[in-house]
Amino acid sequence: MSNRRSRAAFAATSVVLTIAVAACSSSNSKPSASTPTSGSTPSAVGSTTANGGTSDVKAEFNAATKGVVNASTKTGGSLNYVATDDFDSLDPARTYYAYSIDFQRYFSRTLMAYDAKPGIAGAKAVPDLATSAGVVSNGGKTITYTLKDGIKFQDGSPITSKDIKYGIERDFAQDVVPGGPTYNKDMLDQGQNYPGPYKDTDPNHLGLKSVLTPDDKTIVFNLATPYSDWDYVMTMPTAAPVEAKVDLDPAKGGAKYQNNVQSSGPYMIQSYEPKKSLVLVKNPAWDQSTDTIRHQLVDKVTVTMGLDSDDMDKRVISGQADIEIESTGLQAAQQTEVMRDPAKKANADSPLTGFTRGFALDPAVPELANVDCRRAIEYAANKVDLQTARGGATGGGDIATTMAPPTLPGYQSFNLYPSGPDNTGDLAKAKDELAKCGKPGGFHTNIATTNKGKGPKVATALQAALQRVGITTDIQQFDSSGYYSTTIGTPSNVHSKDLGIMVMGWGADFPTGYGFFSAIADSRKILQAGGNSNWAEVKEPTIDAALDDMTQTTDADQKAKDVQTIDHKLMEQAYYLPFTYDKALTYRNPRLTNVYVTNAAGMYDFVSIGTSDGK
Amino acid sequence: MITFLIRRLIQAVTVLLAVSIITFGLFFLVPKLAGADPATLFAGKVTNPDALNGIRIKLGLNHPLWRQYWDFIGGFFHSRQFDNGPDKTTCPWPCLGYSFRNDQSVSTLIADRFPITLSLAIGAPILWLSVGVLVGRTSALRPRSFADRSSMLVALAAVSLPVYFTAAVLRLFVVFTWHWLPDITYVGFTKDPVLWGKNLLLPWISLAALYAASYARFTRGSMLEVLNEDYIRTARAKGLRERTVINRHAMRPVGTLIITLFGMDVGQLMGGAILTESVFGLPGLGKLGVDAIAAHDLPIIMGVTILAAFFIVAANIVVDMFYAVIDPRVRLS
Repeated sequence: MSNRRSRAAFAATSVVLTIAVAACSSSNSKPSASTPTSGSTPSAVGSTTANGGTSDVKAEFNAATKGVVNASTKTGGSLNYVATDDFDSLDPARTYYAYSIDFQRYFSRTLMAYDAKPGIAGAKAVPDLATSAGVVSNGGKTITYTLKDGIKFQDGSPITSKDIKYGIERDFAQDVVPGGPTYNKDMLDQGQNYPGPYKDTDPNHLGLKSVLTPDDKTIVFNLATPYSDWDYVMTMPTAAPVEAKVDLDPAKGGAKYQNNVQSSGPYMIQSYEPKKSLVLVKNPAWDQSTDTIRHQLVDKVTVTMGLDSDDMDKRVISGQADIEIESTGLQAAQQTEVMRDPAKKANADSPLTGFTRGFALDPAVPELANVDCRRAIEYAANKVDLQTARGGATGGGDIATTMAPPTLPGYQSFNLYPSGPDNTGDLAKAKDELAKCGKPGGFHTNIATTNKGKGPKVATALQAALQRVGITTDIQQFDSSGYYSTTIGTPSNVHSKDLGIMVMGWGADFPTGYGFFSAIADSRKILQAGGNSNWAEVKEPTIDAALDDMTQTTDADQKAKDVQTIDHKLMEQAYYLPFTYDKALTYRNPRLTNVYVTNAAGMYDFVSIGTSDGK
Repeated sequence: MITFLIRRLIQAVTVLLAVSIITFGLFFLVPKLAGADPATLFAGKVTNPDALNGIRIKLGLNHPLWRQYWDFIGGFFHSRQFDNGPDKTTCPWPCLGYSFRNDQSVSTLIADRFPITLSLAIGAPILWLSVGVLVGRTSALRPRSFADRSSMLVALAAVSLPVYFTAAVLRLFVVFTWHWLPDITYVGFTKDPVLWGKNLLLPWISLAALYAASYARFTRGSMLEVLNEDYIRTARAKGLRERTVINRHAMRPVGTLIITLFGMDVGQLMGGAILTESVFGLPGLGKLGVDAIAAHDLPIIMGVTILAAFFIVAANIVVDMFYAVIDPRVRLS
C-alpha cells in the first residue's frame, strides 16, 4: 500500500511458450513465441509484451521491461535469491509486501491470478484454480467460480471450494493472523461480525454467510454492492486455499501456519529458518495440466536472508546470487558500477514499479486550506532536485506530473503545473498563486517525513525549493514503523502537529484504477481512528462518483475515463504533489532464463525464472 | 574458592537483574510513557483494533508493566504460555520471550544463531591472541629494531581501521577480485568442518586484525616495562637462561593483563560481533540483534541484550579465577 514493499503485487509468470516441464527433461531450446516446443502442456502462454515487444528479447539494459530475456524451456538448476530481511510472512493471509506476494506464487494458487506475460499484459487477472473468470449475476452482486479438476495440496488432498472459503475466513481472524490486506473482511462481513474460523461455532468452521459452497467445485460470493474488480481481489494470496485440518491443528495452524504452509503451487517449502533462509523444492502433487500460468523449471529455489545491502549487491553482480528478491534496487555505489560498465549494464533493468512518490497537501491544515496556496507549492517545487533526492532518473524514477503512474490502466499524461523548461520550478507562477491566496509573502507550514531512507532528503529538497518563494517549512521526522499507519494516518495527529505537507509514496494493491485511487481519494474512506491513507483528506463528490462508477462498470474504456477524471481533479485541486514515477535499478544474473518485469508487480516475475546452465 | 564463587555469582545475578530492569524499562516503559503502543510494532502494515487487541492478549501487553516484567523473569525459571484464545504457543524453558513476528521463542532463535557467533568467538580469539602476543613479545625483545618499528606500524594501521572496512576490503579482493574463496555462507562445523573453517577464515582474519594489533601493542608496552624491573635484572644476574627469564618471569605479569583483556573481549564477542556478522552476512547473535532493532522486535532485543550481558559477567568471573592461577599473590577469598 503505502510503500514499495507493501504493494500487492503479484506477478504471474509467464513464459513464453509452452513449457512442458513435467514431460520434458532438460532442453536447451530457445524457441520463439511462434514455435512452441514439443511436448507442450496447457501452460502454453502467449508472449507478446504490452508495448509490442517480442517475447525473446536480447539481453540489454531494460530488456526485461520490454519482453522475456533468455526465453527457454531448459529445466534443472537452483535459483538463488538474496534479501536483506525476511518476508513479512509466508502465511498467505498475512503477507503484504509486494515481493512477498510475488513470491507466494511459487506455493499459493488462487482462483484468479495475473497473466504470465511481461508488461501491462501481465497485469490482467486470468483464471488459475478457477475454470474461468467469475460469473457475475444478481446485478453484479453475486460472483460464482467453478474449480478445475485435479488441483491438489502438497499432501495430495484435493483442493475444494471449502478450502478456498476457509482460507478467506482466516482473513477475518485479525486477532490471530494479522498483517495482510483486509479486502475480504471489509467486503464480505456485511454486518455478520464473523470472528474467523478459530472462534467459529459452525462444526466445519465455515460459518461465513456471504460465501457459499454448494458443492466442492463451486464457490459463490454474495457482495453487498457490485464490485467489478472482484477478480483482482481473488488474485491476492489472502484468497489462497488453506486446509482446515492443518490450520486447526494447534501445533501447526493459526499463528504457526506461517511455518507450516501447505503448498498448492508448483513448489513447496522444504525448510524455513526465519531471517536466515528459505528453500523450496518441487511439489510432486502439483499437476502442470491444471496450471496455465506456472511451471517447474528449476529443481530448487533458495532465499538467503539477512544480508547487508552492499554485500547483496556484490553477490548478484559477481554472479554468486541471481536476483535481489526485495527488488528495491542497487545501492548508489553499485548503480554507478553497473551503469558505467556496458557488460554489466546489459544485465540491469530500471522498471517502473507502479509507485508514485510525492507529497500529500492537506487542506484541513489551515495554511493549506486555500487551493491557491497549495498550487503555489506545486509551482515552486524543484522536481529535478526531488528526483535527485530519490536517486536520479535511473535509480529513483521519472519526473511525475500525475498521481496515476504510467503502468496503471487508464493513465493519461498531463501537467497542470509546468515547472519551467528545466523542471526546477516556475517561481513567477508560484508567486502569482501566493498573491491569489492572500499570502504574497509566503506562509509557514511543516513537512512530515520518515526518519529513514530517502524521506529526509526529499523533504529537504522541497524545503529549499519553497523557501525561494517565501514558503518556510520545518521538517518533522517520525519513526518509520508507524509513519503511514499512525503519524500521517491519523487525521487528528496531522492537524494537531500542523503537518501541511507529508512525504508519501503510493502504489495500488491491484492494478486497476479503483485499486489505486480508492484509498487515497475516496472521501468516505478518511479513517479518523488511524490507518487512514487518504492523507490529503480529499473530499470531492466528482471523485467519489467516479470511484463508484468504477466498481459498477466492466467497460475498460469507461474505467479509463474514471481514472482520468479522478487524476485531473486531484491535480486541479492540488491535493497531491507527485514528483517521481518510482523506478528501481535491478540486476539479473545473465545465467537466468525467462526474465521479465510484469506491471502487476513492477518487478521480475519470480516464478517464471529458470537457469540456462542447469546449476 | 567456594566463597569467592558464591560472592561473584550473587554479584553477577544482581548485575543481570539490573540489566534486565533497565532494558525492560527502556523498551517497554519508555514507549508507554511516550504514548506508543508496542502492539502496533507487530501488527504489520494493517493496523486494526482486532489485530492490535489479539497481539496485546497474546504477548500479555494488556497486563500492568510490573506483571509483564514478572512474567518475563519467570521465563528464566519455567516455560511460559503465550495464548490468545484457541491460538496457543508454549515458550519452553528457558524462555527469554516470544517473537510475535517470527512466531518463535527468543531462546529458540538465540540457540539457532549461537553456533555462528560461537564459531567466530573460537577462531578469531585464537588468531589474535597468538599473533598479537607473539608480535608484541618479539617487538619488546628487539626495541627500535626494523622488525619492531614495522610491526608496530602495521599494528597501528590495523587498530586504526574499523572492522567493517577491513572486512569489506578483504572480501573485495579475496572473494570478488581474486576469487580465492567463495563468498561466505555459514556451514555448521558438524556438517563440514573444512567448509566451516573456509567460510569463517575471512571473518576471523577481519576480527583478529583489529584485536591482534591492540594485543601486540599492549604486550610490547607491558613487556618493555617488566623487562626493566629489578627482579628481571636479578634473574639475569643469577645466570638464568634468557628464554627462562622471558617466558617464566617476564611474561607472567604481562599474561595477567592479557588475560583480563582477552576475557572481556571474548565475553563481548560472545554477545555478537555485530559489524563482522553484518558485513559478511553471518546470521549470528549480533545480526539477530541488529535486525531486531530495525524491525522493532522488542522481545528479541531484550533477549540478546541480556545474553550479551551474561557473557560479559561470566567472562569476568572466569578472568578472576585465572588470576589466581597465573599470579600466586592473588587469592580467591
